[in-house]
Formats: sequence, structure tokens, C-alpha cells
Amino acid sequence: MSRVTITVNGTPQTRDIEDRTLLVQFIREHLGLTGTHVGCDTTQCGACTIHLDGEAVKSCTILAVAADGSRVTTIEGLAEGGRLHDVQQAFHEHHGLQCGYCTPGMIMASVDMIRRHDGMLDERTVRHELEGNLCRCTGYHNIVKAVLDAAGKHRAAHAVAAE
Amino acid sequence: MYATTYHKPKTLAEAVELYESSDEPSYLSGGHTLIPTLKSRLAAPAHLIDVRNIPELSGIEVTADKVIIGSATKHAAVAASKEIKAAIPALSGLAGSIGDVQVRHMGTIGGSTANNDPAADYPAAVLSLDAIVHTDRREIPADEYFQGLYTTALEPGEILVRVEFKIPDIAGYAKFRNPASRYSMAAAFVSRHRDGHVRVAITGAGNEGVFRWTEAEELLTENFSAEALEGLTIDPSGMMGDMHAPADYRAHLVAVMTRRAVQNLGGTHIL
Repeated sequence: MSRVTITVNGTPQTRDIEDRTLLVQFIREHLGLTGTHVGCDTTQCGACTIHLDGEAVKSCTILAVAADGSRVTTIEGLAEGGRLHDVQQAFHEHHGLQCGYCTPGMIMASVDMIRRHDGMLDERTVRHELEGNLCRCTGYHNIVKAVLDAAGKHRAAHAVAAE
Repeated sequence: MYATTYHKPKTLAEAVELYESSDEPSYLSGGHTLIPTLKSRLAAPAHLIDVRNIPELSGIEVTADKVIIGSATKHAAVAASKEIKAAIPALSGLAGSIGDVQVRHMGTIGGSTANNDPAADYPAAVLSLDAIVHTDRREIPADEYFQGLYTTALEPGEILVRVEFKIPDIAGYAKFRNPASRYSMAAAFVSRHRDGHVRVAITGAGNEGVFRWTEAEELLTENFSAEALEGLTIDPSGMMGDMHAPADYRAHLVAVMTRRAVQNLGGTHIL
């Protein structure tokens, strides 16, 4: 057993856990934040994607104890003041989901992608960089549209901020 | 996953001491091979010794003739390094082609090189770029380092600290991936070194893991062009065969990827 403190969505969370506890189990079972999904459990599907110290990672393949002292953002931490994050809003508007199982991971990966590219994305790049997230319903078209739309909003917001 | 005890040493000496004093220990880096293996209960180390907090294992240094990368450096950091991209663009591109974005945010060059998966990318670069593997106790030339499937010259408890690549005159990397796993089914890293000799390393295909294709090296040293490789084939009996690709198909891919690497010098060609 180890005592770990991980700051999740801005709140430090301290728990005594078994060392074999995966980060996704810590998030879902110890904190009750079930928005992060477990799809394949083999590092392929991306449903468990969260941000660890600001970078998109697959939380099914990280030990919670190794994340001691880190910052984690989950899907529950994106909306602010009851207003959806631009990427969440774009998935809603473009119907970037059907069953919704992959959606939390898709959105966390997309937020990370837009950040890394500062919103400068084209369709080819979006499709390439979503290769770590599998969707069995949509055929990806509306997901790609949603990411491109949110990337455009990111560029517009930063252009305004720069003026 | 079976129960295990996690350790996070801050120095090389502390890590080695933990390893030597523990029953059934294992080093842990990015964990993107080891943790799936533990989850499948294919391995059950009683002690996991996380090496990522050891300062000697971090950092990227580029000199006039070398690229030196600390073993805990993540694939994403190698791919994003402007200095590495300027010095060896094929190495930068290789790092950016491993797994997917999320995997590259965790997986490390040391983990990949120490594990020596027969389909991993980094072993091809280490071998082709005539790298030196620095450990906590010695320096190992790439030609002596790789010793078969998942087998290296590393002794039990030895820690891979950094990899020192020779900056070549020019290099290229071509990979044909399994579309599901994204591991290579055959990939070739071709480097022409500054003294003129050519090294061709093949990963993903050989049944003994990464290897140098010496026949291709000889032809390319004479004439450094894809045309020099026309008609050259490799014996399928030395290739892996599995549900994804039989040995003769992999042998075919090795020849095609080697030509494609030569046609894409100064970069990568990822299929």
C-alpha cells in the first residue's frame, strides 16, 4: 500500500492504494469519476485518455502510484462554470458520437491535439493524430469535423487575445 | 495484475541497490510494454523500480557529431526536439511514428531499447546509427548490444542510462506497419556514415529480432541509390511468420522498405 496525492481537476486527492492500482482505477473506483472509460484495457482504444501533467495519456497503462504528485484532468474537469469546453460543444453540435463510449477519450485527445498544434490543424493531421482513439460507430467523419471546428474556435480566441 | 511493491529511487546507486536486494525485481520506465504484460499476468515482479526520477537518465544533447539521449526521454520529446530533427531527421521521424500520440507521451527510448521487442522501432536506429549504449557500468556498441528476441547484452540489474547516436552523413527510415497494432511488420533504417560506409538495420521482420542486412550494405556502399538494390532479396527462412504476415511476405517487405528508406533519405516513409 502507498499513500498518494494526485491533483484531479484542480483538487488534491489523497488515498491509500495498492501499488498495482492503475490510474484509471484510481479515477473511476477511488474517486468515483466514471466519465473516463475502460474500453480495451490494452493501451489500444484510447477510451481511458486523460491529461497527466497536461499531456494526453492512456490511464489504463499507468500506475496511480507513479502519478503521485502529478496533475490529472479528466473529462469532468473540462467544462467551466456550467459551460461546455469548446471541444465538447463541437462534438455536440457536429454529432461527433453515436454510442458515446469513446467520446471522453476522443475529447481529451482532441483538446491535447489542439493545444499542441495551437489550433493549426487540417483534416489529414486530425485523422492521423486520432489513431490512438478507436470509434466503432461513427466512421470518424463527424469527430473530425468537430475537432476542426473546435480548432478554428481556438485560433479565433487566440487571435482576439493577441490583439 | 498481481500485487507488487513500487519504488521510486532518486539515484542510480539507490536503484541498483534496490534491484540487488529485492526478490524478483524489475525496472520500470514508461511502462507501455511492461504494464500490459503485468496486466496479462505474463510477468509478476514483486518489486517495480521506477527509474524515471534518476537525473542521469534525462536530457538531450546534440554535438557536432553525436546525438545523446537520456534513457528516460519520452518518444514525444525526441520527436519534438528541433536539435535532433536538424541533426538526424530520420531519428526524429522514427520517434514520431511509434505507437500513437498517447503512447509517445509515456514510452521511453531506454525502455524500448532495453526491451528489444522484435518489432520495436528504436533498435533499428540504434543499430543503423552505430550507437553506443551507455549503462551504469559500461559502454556497449550496438553491434554487441542486440542479442536476439527481447535479449540484449544488459546484465540483470544493469541500467541503460543513455544512447549515443553517431550523426550520419544522411539516413532514412521506412516502415510498413500492422494496421491494428501499429508495430512494424518490416522496417528499414539506412544510414550512410561520414566515413562512407552504409549500415542497414531491419526491424519487425527477423526471427532473431533486429539485424543488419549486410548484402544491402555492401551494394549501397558501392552505389548509394535504390537502383543498387534492384533484384536483391532476403532469405525468408530467417523471417518471422505469423497471422499478420507469412515469412515470404515479410522478406518481400524488407526489400521494399530498404529501397523506400533510400528513396526517402533525410526523413521517413511510414505506411
